[in-house]
Amino acid sequence: MTLVHPTLERTTERPARRQTRRAGARSPYPTWFFVPAGVFYLALFVVPTGASFWFALTRWDLYSAEFIGLDNFQQFFREPALVKGFVNTFVYAFLTSGAKVVLGLALAVLLTSQIIARGWLRSVVFFPVLVSTIGVGVMFKVLLDPFDGAVNTVLSWVGVTGPGWLTDPSLALFSVAMVDVWKGVGLATLIYIAGLVAIPQEYYEAARVDGASAWQNFRSITLPLVRPATVTVVLLSLIGGLRSFDLIWTMTRGGPGFSSDVIGSVIYKQYQAGFYGLSTAGNVVLFVVIAVIIFPLSRWLNRKEVPL
Amino acid sequence: MRRRGVALGSVAILATTVVFVVPFLFVLLTASKTQQDALDLDFSLPTEWALLENVRTVLATNDGQLVRAFWNSTVLTVAAVAIMTVLAAMVGYVVQRRRSRWNPVVDALVLAGLIIPPAVVPTIWVLQGIGLFKTMAGLIAVHVAFGLSFCILLFRAFVATIPRELDEAALIDGAGPSRLFFSVIFPLLRAVVVTVVVVQAVTVFNDFTYALYFLPGADNATVQLTLYNYQSQGLNQWNLLFADVLLITIPPLIMYAFFNRQIVAGMTSGAVKG
Repeated sequence: MTLVHPTLERTTERPARRQTRRAGARSPYPTWFFVPAGVFYLALFVVPTGASFWFALTRWDLYSAEFIGLDNFQQFFREPALVKGFVNTFVYAFLTSGAKVVLGLALAVLLTSQIIARGWLRSVVFFPVLVSTIGVGVMFKVLLDPFDGAVNTVLSWVGVTGPGWLTDPSLALFSVAMVDVWKGVGLATLIYIAGLVAIPQEYYEAARVDGASAWQNFRSITLPLVRPATVTVVLLSLIGGLRSFDLIWTMTRGGPGFSSDVIGSVIYKQYQAGFYGLSTAGNVVLFVVIAVIIFPLSRWLNRKEVPL
Repeated sequence: MRRRGVALGSVAILATTVVFVVPFLFVLLTASKTQQDALDLDFSLPTEWALLENVRTVLATNDGQLVRAFWNSTVLTVAAVAIMTVLAAMVGYVVQRRRSRWNPVVDALVLAGLIIPPAVVPTIWVLQGIGLFKTMAGLIAVHVAFGLSFCILLFRAFVATIPRELDEAALIDGAGPSRLFFSVIFPLLRAVVVTVVVVQAVTVFNDFTYALYFLPGADNATVQLTLYNYQSQGLNQWNLLFADVLLITIPPLIMYAFFNRQIVAGMTSGAVKG
């Protein structure tokens, strides 16, 4: 209230101006408030995104663009290295998303139950979310080193010869996905905890009266009622997984060979090689992939939400 | 029930410690070793604690490149977060308060901003056109543009909880639209401003991809880029590399220590509505 008080006297001196403001169509919520944000957003997001559809059809060096039709896209889907990146993107996204849903829910159920040190456990699980991706990548690159790495050393204690996590072409993508899950599961857990806490305890009490087992509780109460959280985790982790670049780039540079390339790393590689048109075509492909997966999926997931 | 909780809790503590704490411990231990010691990459106590020395060495490398990088990252984070917070608050406020034909447009753009990956090379093209490519100002602008959507979402939800009567009172007292927003509404947004600032500060500070694309070059690098370059050189100075990792983990750690609740609230609420 003290905030508005000082303006009180001044207004009485200028009734005319106030009236014009009232009389005119000017709202106290001016449209120009959109302008500053809009300038940034239009110039650096909308315009580049729109332009990408044109530049994807060209051979381009930032200064002159020569129209070459769909050649870039043809190349994108013909060259095995690029196709590999395309396929890997899906594998990576669905794998990490699925793992985050399952592990996130399991951890959240554990961390909302009556156990000791809940607060500490939550912090520990969540902290990797805040550590920079590069830091995590560097750390795990060393831990997963095939010869000296701590992971394989531990495995050798129990008589297992650990594989070359990041050097074996058939394994590299999965190793990075594993690290991605390690880093991101804390956020999924947190979202699930928020969802679990919102479930009214009465349901569980009623179920107990009916003699339901713990599994039945989980299947028939927890799982359906925690659905909004599941939708969020699935969408967030899928979007993140499809767009992923930095962790893969830090840990394997898409290698060995092209075995762990994804669209994100292909875009960067083609950019580095000076194929700006091809790189932008990669961006358009990624745009389409995400739009085709995320929009229908979110509509479908949100529609089937059961009101209880 | 209580006994089971203790048993389960102990197992959980053990498991999460192995999975989540041990890797960080490994970083800390390796960063504390001498170079010779660190070469083994094994999980052991250093024979000689050299943490401070390593930190000093890392900070002094290349004429204090990392110190400059920390300065750059600080400037980037503060500027980008300050700009995007104010601009997003303005948008979130008007969108919530006034039903106009712009609202569907804003909604669609916010959604697009959350989902669609930025087109990198065309963004470079735009930045070059306005002379901001490879400049700190350019990177700041890029972060503002990409961060707006998330902030708008949070602000919009929060503005809904501020009673309209307050606006009316201020208007009757003669406040203009700008004054109404900046002197009356904005201060009331403090809770959500803290959340937005903290979450975005961590995001911008930790960002690697955009710095790699839009601000390449070693001299003006951000801390994430410095670590990346350091790693790319493929040296065997693990102790120094990990001291670097340790150093750039400290700012988010401090943020988490102080703003634990806001970070959690921001990340889950924004997520739930996204």
